Amino acid sequence: MLNKDLLGIKELSVEDINLILDTAAGFKDVLGRDIKKVPALRGKTAVNLFFEPSTRTRTSFELAAKRLSTDVINFSVPTSSVVKGESLIDTALTVQALGADFIIIRHSSAGVPHLLAKKLRASVINAGDGTNEHPTQALLDAFTIREKKGRIEGLDIALVGDIIHSRVAKSNIYGLTKLGANVRLIGPPTLIPREMEDFGVKVLHSMEEGLKNVDVVMMLRIQMERQGKGFFPSTEEYSKNWGLTQERLLLAKDDVIVMHPGPMNRGIEISSEIADGPRSVILEQVTNGLAVRMAVMYLLAGVKR
Amino acid sequence: MPKELFNKKDIDRALTRMAHEIIEKNKGTDRLCLVGIQRGGVHLAKRLASKIKEIEKKEIPVGSLDIAFYRDDLNIRKAQAIVRKTDVPFEVTDQKIILVDDVLFTGRSIRAALDALMDLGRPASIQLAVLIDRGHRELPIKADYVGKNIPTSLSENVEVQLEEEGLEDRIILEKIGIKD
Amino acid sequence: MILIEKGHIIDPSQGIDGIGDVLIENGKIKEVNIQSKGQRAKSKEQGAESKSTPIHPYPSRGEGKGGGESLFPEPRVINAEGMFVIPGLIDMHVHLREPGFEYKETIKTGTAAAIRGGFTTVCCMPNTYPINDNASVTEFIIRKALEGLCTVLPIGAITKGQKGKELVEMGTMKDEGCIAFSDDGLPVMNSLIMRRALEYSKAFGLPIISHCEDLTLSEDGVMSEGLLSMTLGLRGIPAEAEQIMVFRDILLAELTRGKLHIAHVSTEGSVKLIRNAKKRGVNVTAETCPHYFSLTEDAVKNYDTNAKVNPPLRTKRDIEAIKEGLKDGTIDVIATDHAPHHRDEKLKEFDLAPPGISGLETALGLSMKLVDEGVLTISQLIEKMSLNPARILGLLTPHLSSLITGPKGTLAKGADADVTIIDTKKEVTVESSKFVSKGKNTPFDGWVLKGVPFMTISKARIYEWR
Repeated sequence: MLNKDLLGIKELSVEDINLILDTAAGFKDVLGRDIKKVPALRGKTAVNLFFEPSTRTRTSFELAAKRLSTDVINFSVPTSSVVKGESLIDTALTVQALGADFIIIRHSSAGVPHLLAKKLRASVINAGDGTNEHPTQALLDAFTIREKKGRIEGLDIALVGDIIHSRVAKSNIYGLTKLGANVRLIGPPTLIPREMEDFGVKVLHSMEEGLKNVDVVMMLRIQMERQGKGFFPSTEEYSKNWGLTQERLLLAKDDVIVMHPGPMNRGIEISSEIADGPRSVILEQVTNGLAVRMAVMYLLAGVKR
Repeated sequence: MPKELFNKKDIDRALTRMAHEIIEKNKGTDRLCLVGIQRGGVHLAKRLASKIKEIEKKEIPVGSLDIAFYRDDLNIRKAQAIVRKTDVPFEVTDQKIILVDDVLFTGRSIRAALDALMDLGRPASIQLAVLIDRGHRELPIKADYVGKNIPTSLSENVEVQLEEEGLEDRIILEKIGIKD
Repeated sequence: MILIEKGHIIDPSQGIDGIGDVLIENGKIKEVNIQSKGQRAKSKEQGAESKSTPIHPYPSRGEGKGGGESLFPEPRVINAEGMFVIPGLIDMHVHLREPGFEYKETIKTGTAAAIRGGFTTVCCMPNTYPINDNASVTEFIIRKALEGLCTVLPIGAITKGQKGKELVEMGTMKDEGCIAFSDDGLPVMNSLIMRRALEYSKAFGLPIISHCEDLTLSEDGVMSEGLLSMTLGLRGIPAEAEQIMVFRDILLAELTRGKLHIAHVSTEGSVKLIRNAKKRGVNVTAETCPHYFSLTEDAVKNYDTNAKVNPPLRTKRDIEAIKEGLKDGTIDVIATDHAPHHRDEKLKEFDLAPPGISGLETALGLSMKLVDEGVLTISQLIEKMSLNPARILGLLTPHLSSLITGPKGTLAKGADADVTIIDTKKEVTVESSKFVSKGKNTPFDGWVLKGVPFMTISKARIYEWR
C-alpha cells in the first residue's frame, strides 16, 4: 500500500485490494478466538469524524480500532463545535492536535476526505463522502464474495437499485470490475446514470432479465427522499418492478448469494424471506466488515509518511 | 558469497538430537504440543513432531503461529509485515507448548510469539526450540533446545533453507550491510 | 507628455499595424505615426527621407527652435522596441466586490490587479452588498473608483435585489454612470421580465448582459455534468442549462430588438446558437473567458476548488468550439469574469466553496496562446480585448460622464491615453501568491505564460514592471 490514506477504490490497484483482503482473512481468524484483540496498533488513536448520522459503520470502525488495541474517540455532529460554525478544516486540525493517527470521516460532500488527506498527517479513511465512494464497504463486499465463491473473477454480479445516489454501488462497481467480475446494474433509468456504461458494466431495467444466472445479487437501499424528486413515482411501484422476491431469485444460479449493505427496507427492495433466508449473507457482511476495517487500519499504520 | 554452515545431514542429525532432548527433558510426550513460528519454524515443528513420533510412537499436536500482529517494530519496518496463518487446532491451556523457530537472534520474535500464544490460552509451560542460535540477544530470552550455536556479526545473515520450500536443506551465512 | 517610440503599434479601430510612435499629451492620444516596417523615425534635422512625418513633441516643425525638445516639463520617452503597443485592454466583466465584500477584493486592489494585467478599463458587476440596483450604490462605486488605478465603469443590476422581479431605474442609473445592466451571478429566470428589460433598455441604448443559466437544471450543480462528475460524486450542471437560456435570450432579443450581450459563453451549443442568431441579424454579442479555452473539467479531478467556476469548465469539444467561435467572430469579446475569493472560502468542501477564478493577471498571457496557436492574429486578439468591448459599451464615442471624457479602445487622435505595452518575448511563471489582487484563487498556478504587460498607461499614470 503506497498511500497513507484510503480515499476510494478508484485509487487502489488490484494488488492493493488483494493485500487488504488477504490481511482481512488473518483478522477474521482473530475475531473467531476467545481473545478477539491483538496489540498491533497499541497506543494509536482513531477518531471517528462523522458528519452524517450512522450507527453501523461508526460502531464497526470503533470496534475494529479497539480490536487492534487502538484508542477511539467519536466525534459526531451535531454534538461538536461544528454546529458553532467551526470550519471543516479547523475541526480536522483540532482532532489531529489531539493526537489522532487515524481519522475516519463520513461527510455529505464528495471530496472531503481528499481535502483532509492533503492537509493532515493522520491517515484518512473514507467512511463515505457524498455520492462519491464508500471504499471499506466495497472491500468487505468483495471479501464476502471471495470467501463464499472462492474467487471474484468471472462471476456475474448484479447490483440493484438506486445506483446514481449510492456511493456503495460506485465503490463496488470500481472494485468488482477491477477484480474481473461481470457487473450488471438493474433499476429504473432515472436511477442509473447513462455514463455508467463507460465502466464496462451492463445496464438493464428489468429484474427478470437482469437476474438470469447471476452468482451474486447485491440489493441497494431505496431512499424515501428520492420519491419526491421525480426519480420514481412511488415505493409501491418501485417494489413491484425492482424488489427482490423469491420468484425473481429463482432466476439466479442455485448457489446465488444475496447481499445488502444495510439498513434494509424489508418488503420494499428485499423481501423478509430472502433477508432471513439461506441465500442471504447479509449478517456475514457485518462480521467481515470488522475484519476488513481492521486490515485497512493495520496496513495504513505501516505506511511511511 | 554465502558460506554453507550446515548441510542436509547436519540438519537432520541436529533435529534428531533435539527430539531426544525434548522427550528426555519432558519425561515423555504427555501434554506436549509443538507450535512453529511463521515462517521459519513451521516446517521444523512438523519435522520435530514426526521424529518424536518415530521415537515414542506417539502423535503430538502441531500448530503454526503468526506473530505479525504482535511485533514491536511497526513503525520501523519498511512495509507492514505480511500476515500469515495462525493455525493452532488444539487447546493451549494447561499444555506444555514447545515454540519452534529456525533462527534465534534478538529474541523479539519470541517475545511476540509468547504474547500471541498467551492470547490463545494459558499454557502450563512454554519452552523454546531453535535450529540456530546466532547470538546478539536484545531481550532476556534463552532457548531450551538448540541445534547449533553460531556466533555471528551484525553484518552477517543466517538463512535456513528447507526442502518444503522447494530448496535444498542447508543453512547458509552471508555478509550483508549492518542491520539497524 | 509621453512618447512611445519604435513599438509595434496595433490599433484595429484604425486598421493600424506597424512600427511607429505614439505621442500622448494631456492624457489624450495626440498622434500615432507609423513608419514603414523596420525603419526608424528620423529626427527633424534629417527630414524628408521617411515616408510619413515624424512625430515631434511640439508642433514647432522646422521653425528652428531646436531639436524638438521641450523646455519644461521633460517629456518621457519610452522605448517600446520589440514590443506591441496597443489600446488599453478593456475587461467588461469583473467582480470588484466593493461595497460589501472588501475581504475578497476592493476597487483599489482590483484595479491594481487590472493594471498589472494590462487592463486600463474594467466594468464591475453589481452583485456587491448592497447590490448595485440603485443610483446611490452606483454613486458610491463611482466615487470609490476615483481611487482606482484604472477606469472603473459600473454595470447596474437588471432587477431590484437581483431577484428577477422588478426592473431597476435604468435611466437614473445610467445618468449616475452605469454603462450596462446585468444580474450576473444569476440569470433572469422569468422570461417576461427579461423581455421587458431588453425592451426598456432600448430607451437608453445600453446593453443587457445575460448570465445564461437555467437554475432548475443546474440546481446544486458544482461542475460540468458528465462521466467525470459521476465518477467524482459531484452534482453536475448539464451544458443544456446554459444553452436553453442562450436560446431564450436570443429569441427575446429578436422579439424586442433590444441589445443583448451574452456573458461567459462556455459550451459548443451556445456558440452554435449565437452564430445562427447573428446570421439572422439578431443584435446579439457574446463574450468568453480565458479559462473556457484553456482548461477542461479535468482540472477539478482532485477536487481542486480553484478550478470551481460558474459556468463550469467543460470538455475538449467545447474548447474547440469556443476557439472556432472566436476565430469566426461569433464570440466578440474575451473578458475575465474576475472573481476573487478569500483563501479560507476556497479551503472548503468542494460543494461549499464559492465558484470563481481570479483572472485579471493571467488573462493576457492565456489569450496570447491563441495567437501562438494561430486561432487569432494579434490584431484580432486586440479586437476581442479592447475594440469590441468599447464598441459594445459605446465607449468609442465620448460620453458625458465624470469618468469617460474620451474614446476608449482606440488610439485615434483625442482618445483617452489608455495604452498597454506588451512584451511578447518574456516568459512568466504564474505565482498566485504574488498576485496583486487579494484573490489568489487560480487554477493556473505554475503555468508558464508568454506575452505579459511591460507597461500600462492609464489615467495619466505610467505603470511599469521590470
